[in-house]
Amino acid sequence: MPIYSEKVMEHFTNPRNVGEIDDPDGVGEEGNPVCGDMMTFYIKVKDNRLEDVKFKTFGCGAAIAVSSMVSEMAKGKTLEEAMKITPKSVADELEGLPKNKFHCSNLGAQALHKAIEDYLSKKKTKGGKE
Amino acid sequence: MRKVYLDNTATTPLLPEVREAMMPYLGDIFGNPSSLHDWGDGAREAIEAARDQVAQLIGANTDEMIFTGSGTESNNLAIKGLALAQQNKGKHVVVSAIEHFSVLHSARTLAKWGFEVSEVPVNKYGVVDPDDVRRNLRNDTILVSIMHANGEVGTIEPIKEIAVVTRERKIPFHIDAVATAGTIPVNVSELDVDALSLAGNQFYGPKGVGALWVRKGVRIIPLLDGGIQEGGKRAGTENVLAIVGLGKAAELAKAHITERIEQLIPLRDRLLKELSDRIEHVVVTGHPHNRLPGHASFCVEFIEGESMLMLLNSKGIAVSSGSACTSRALKASHVLIAMGLSHEIAQGSILFTLGIDNTNQDIDYVLEVMPSIVDRLRDMSPLYAKFTKTSKGGK
Repeated sequence: MPIYSEKVMEHFTNPRNVGEIDDPDGVGEEGNPVCGDMMTFYIKVKDNRLEDVKFKTFGCGAAIAVSSMVSEMAKGKTLEEAMKITPKSVADELEGLPKNKFHCSNLGAQALHKAIEDYLSKKKTKGGKE
Repeated sequence: MRKVYLDNTATTPLLPEVREAMMPYLGDIFGNPSSLHDWGDGAREAIEAARDQVAQLIGANTDEMIFTGSGTESNNLAIKGLALAQQNKGKHVVVSAIEHFSVLHSARTLAKWGFEVSEVPVNKYGVVDPDDVRRNLRNDTILVSIMHANGEVGTIEPIKEIAVVTRERKIPFHIDAVATAGTIPVNVSELDVDALSLAGNQFYGPKGVGALWVRKGVRIIPLLDGGIQEGGKRAGTENVLAIVGLGKAAELAKAHITERIEQLIPLRDRLLKELSDRIEHVVVTGHPHNRLPGHASFCVEFIEGESMLMLLNSKGIAVSSGSACTSRALKASHVLIAMGLSHEIAQGSILFTLGIDNTNQDIDYVLEVMPSIVDRLRDMSPLYAKFTKTSKGGK
């Protein structure tokens, strides 16, 4: 179906890092079923790096491909580097997204950022024990 | 890979007999039907023969049939043309909430032109209650338009009963029969309506051609001005080729309608029953039995329609969906929302529309492929994860 790039189709049919992390260091949720897509990201952090990233997504082909791509881009990165992932850089890595899907389905970066913020705020309340 | 086409509501394929009938009009018979020489005569005779075939399909008089460029054009002409012609009597129009956009958006255009539009609600099966139509009528109501059947959920509307209401008040009644004409028996005298839209690509004719029937004595204002083609009601040189195809498709539909219905209903009923049996948390949308013969529509909970559609496509199966993600406007189907479904459930919309090429083996294949696609998407779905956690917690 030519509405999606080959890269989108590849990530949609073989999504990476699908699932949940049992004892996550951070969780981030973005979107809602009314607008169509909903994504939850789970992260595991070690030495300020994203040791593991997993996601669950409810949504269209683009939403699933975006989540998969974000998880792949983020894994192994420092938190600062991961915060620099943007919807635009995700779409570029996917070799483009249909115009009407760019805003609605491209929520992966935001969901990841929320998971990182969740980790950072938990860390603060723990008083920086880690 | 097996290929199974189950999107006949988008368009049916062209029947070989229809294509054969059309071929001469891609060749030697190229004249303009308005021309007075032999070349024109050949084309004109072809159009008039097709007009007769289409009129017979719906039990109408031949000279009351207007050829158009699509079902959408027929609906636009009906809504705007009938309302404009009656506007000295009033400016109120009644439609149902689940009409096709070619009716709903035409009605919205009328509202911009100073008309008032009332939308009649539907019940959870998508059925219009004739009493609700009655309640919405006013002294200045000049047009009622209700679809014969809904292409998204398959529900057939009680047109005869609604016609009793409009007839009492002498209000012109148009039906959008795009989903029914050529698919189930449609007779304008029995239904007692005043105008009817149909389209060729819903019953194995070509795309880009439709017709509007308007009962003699009911006035209509044309939308296209120009020559006096189609009795002055639709100017522009006729699409002879497509009109001939529409005529042939109408003739074949009339001849074979019963056997087609008898072929489709068991396949539809198998799909409706066995898909719901094999997959948990699946809702059938539309009326359980008073529905189009080849129409099986569902909402699959916790997952989204476009991703289902794409995975089915990767297995060679063509379907459609009313989910927000599938629509260009990214809005959930107004039909499902009008039936009271939540946005979340409507997102899981999927519809299988069968045609005369489908077999029991096609249904076997869908039933074999579909559960694993649903499982796969549910494994990915945060909504399903939440559901399973809470339902386990509840135990």
